[in-house]
Amino acid sequence: MPNKRFYGEGIPGVDPEQLKGMLIVVEGADCSGRTTQVELLRDHLERAGHAVENVGLKRSALISPELEQVKDTKEISPRTMSLFYATDYADQLENKIIPALQAGFIVVADRYIYTLMARDIVRGENPEWLQSLYGIALIPDIVFFLKIKPERLVERTFTKYGMFSHWESGMDLHISREWYHCFIGYQRRMNVQFSLISTKYNFRIVNGNRSVKLISTEICREVDNFIRQRG
Amino acid sequence: MIKDHKTDAGLPGRLIVVEGIDGSGKSTQIYLLKRWLEIEGYKAFFSEWNSADVVRSAIKRGKKKLLLTPLTFSLIHAIDFSDRYEKQILPLLQAGYIVLCDRYIYTAFARDTTRGCDPEWVRKLYSFAVVPDITFYFDIEVSIAVERILKSRPNLKYHEAGMDLNLSPDPVVSFKIFQQMISEKYKALTERYNFQTIDAALDIEEQQSRVRSKVEEKIKLSDFRFNSMRLYHAE
Repeated sequence: MPNKRFYGEGIPGVDPEQLKGMLIVVEGADCSGRTTQVELLRDHLERAGHAVENVGLKRSALISPELEQVKDTKEISPRTMSLFYATDYADQLENKIIPALQAGFIVVADRYIYTLMARDIVRGENPEWLQSLYGIALIPDIVFFLKIKPERLVERTFTKYGMFSHWESGMDLHISREWYHCFIGYQRRMNVQFSLISTKYNFRIVNGNRSVKLISTEICREVDNFIRQRG
Repeated sequence: MIKDHKTDAGLPGRLIVVEGIDGSGKSTQIYLLKRWLEIEGYKAFFSEWNSADVVRSAIKRGKKKLLLTPLTFSLIHAIDFSDRYEKQILPLLQAGYIVLCDRYIYTAFARDTTRGCDPEWVRKLYSFAVVPDITFYFDIEVSIAVERILKSRPNLKYHEAGMDLNLSPDPVVSFKIFQQMISEKYKALTERYNFQTIDAALDIEEQQSRVRSKVEEKIKLSDFRFNSMRLYHAE
């Protein structure tokens, strides 16, 4: 069984070798079908008798109310926003992910540090700064990336919300005066960043332009294979 | 490569920082420096560690409910710093102000590493911050500083006393050990970051006079008069 490792220094007082469980990450844009896939994977794993813990962005006890607030008021810089999300991640890492892994759970993360890095790089941050910041992060056992065409995301966004959101359209980047072009431009830039980091972070790219069932079958099969090989 | 942090940024403003353990008297000294600059008609602006609105309630809740670990303690203070840096410190330096900071990144270097964070990680976390033009370090014996604090505040706060490090169940004992540890971290930074050490056991007036002399020596103050003030006096 492969030992757990951190990307960098890790966190004070935690020995990654004590972590027994498994960390699975599902990455992808808003409306990429990510959350549906996370739920289906949870069903699949629980049916087989595995204990599952879910984590995701903006779910920390420490900072999520303030993070929601600054997202609304938009009165902070990209770097400060990045640090808000890093704090949110760190709190969940220490209070949810690590204890669950110590107890032998399978942790399924609905988005992870890669979204946070891609978003900030698109906004001009130095990738090395982010890489150092996320030296605290635990390396997942598997990272799925749901790759989907921006035009496809547009349809799903209108079906789900009836309109574009400020942040998912990268409105702070002022790509265009028109919301549609902002959305497409922003999602393209995000896809480029995800592609650039996909090899480095060992993404398993999943074609997200297919049906829920097909995608779920593929993800569940890969997870089952991983569990079997690990023994 | 992430540089040590930005140097030679070519900013029109000047940055003056005070550092030191609790009870070293640094806040009094920077207040007096600020008053002097203001009264003399210079563009001076003051910013204090842990004072950003956007994160205040989270820090308060985190401390009260003991949600903070060494890692999140470090990150949440980085949020505070980043917010003040981007909204005030950097724009004011760009606008040609003398910015006075009560604690700067060296506080994080000393405190966070005392709590067990990796020194290199903390240094890189703050690598976006410009190097101060002058950093005054108020050097004081820990026993004197602790006595000063206990006189004004007999009930120490949990994190202030370093209770999260399990140094001692007695807050006062814990506080003394914790301040000693931080003091040693500061001393190790002195040379690398070119601290101007001020003997904080001297009289307040004597310290202030040394601070002002150093400021006059390093900064051409006449460049920092208010434009509007000049107009006002001309009329």
